[in-house]
Amino acid sequence: MKEFKLRLKQIFLLLLSLFVFSSCASLPKDAFKLSATSLQDRQLQSRKFTTLNSRMLLSAGAGVLQDMGYTIDESNAVLGVLTASKNADARDTGQILGAITVALLTGVVPPTDKEQNIRICLVIQEALDKQKSSVARITIQRVIWNTEGHISRVESVHSPELYQAFFDKLSKATFLEANQI
Amino acid sequence: MRRLKFGWTMFVAVLLLAGCVSRNSHVISGGSAVELRSFQTRAFDTTDKHQMIRTTIAVLQDLGFIIDKTDEDLGLVTGTKLSGYQIRMSIIVQPRGEKQMAVRASASYNNRAIEDPLPYQDFFSALEKGIFLTAQKID
Repeated sequence: MKEFKLRLKQIFLLLLSLFVFSSCASLPKDAFKLSATSLQDRQLQSRKFTTLNSRMLLSAGAGVLQDMGYTIDESNAVLGVLTASKNADARDTGQILGAITVALLTGVVPPTDKEQNIRICLVIQEALDKQKSSVARITIQRVIWNTEGHISRVESVHSPELYQAFFDKLSKATFLEANQI
Repeated sequence: MRRLKFGWTMFVAVLLLAGCVSRNSHVISGGSAVELRSFQTRAFDTTDKHQMIRTTIAVLQDLGFIIDKTDEDLGLVTGTKLSGYQIRMSIIVQPRGEKQMAVRASASYNNRAIEDPLPYQDFFSALEKGIFLTAQKID
């Protein structure tokens, strides 16, 4: 009976490791599919400006990003693309409090988030409707490292408040109103 | 005893050599180039390279990518998607004959080349949708 239990445990561990490895190695099926919310995401991430001067919007965008401490990594005025990044603190009070609680209960201090690298991409496209206007769209991603120096998260940042804050600044910098698309 | 030692040395030497060969071979590795190209490439009935690149950028944004690099002369767009994993993708838009644009995409998942046709099919169907919406002038 004891041997049977041991064998069962071995099989379980084998299955578990197979599952973990296979899930690590395979690409998620929806990685290249438009998600159900992609249209909504696009609307949240975009604002319309009544100008066809995409260069002006792009350089104002560069200025706004510089104001926020970003370094411009890539720019293409012809295609209307601007990508910038910065490193920032990633400590979260809630997470640290959680870690302290775990440490008090178990005596082991779990790693917490420490540093993040944030990347913002701004793309200006001509609006497709007949009004002479341009559409600016931003997307944000970040990589977070924990206190042990390991990557704890790689993700896209979906935050309508952050998009709004960015477009408010862009609107002020261009003296143009940022309209919802 | 000596024979055993010789055998052991040879075994280690073979292992080391095998390691060397496989490491360098990855530099120019890859599956069948013809097969890979066939499912990584699609032709579209348009001559407007600029618009094709712009649509590609918009579709990449729809799919959650950030644009890392662009070059209009080469028709190149490179992007990264982070969503618990990392996908990097390069797309090259080039004229194909007089009336078409060829779009070639190559992607890697957590730094390993994606050589399965299915993800590319998904990408091109998203791109087709994007081109359709652009042609119909729908924002």
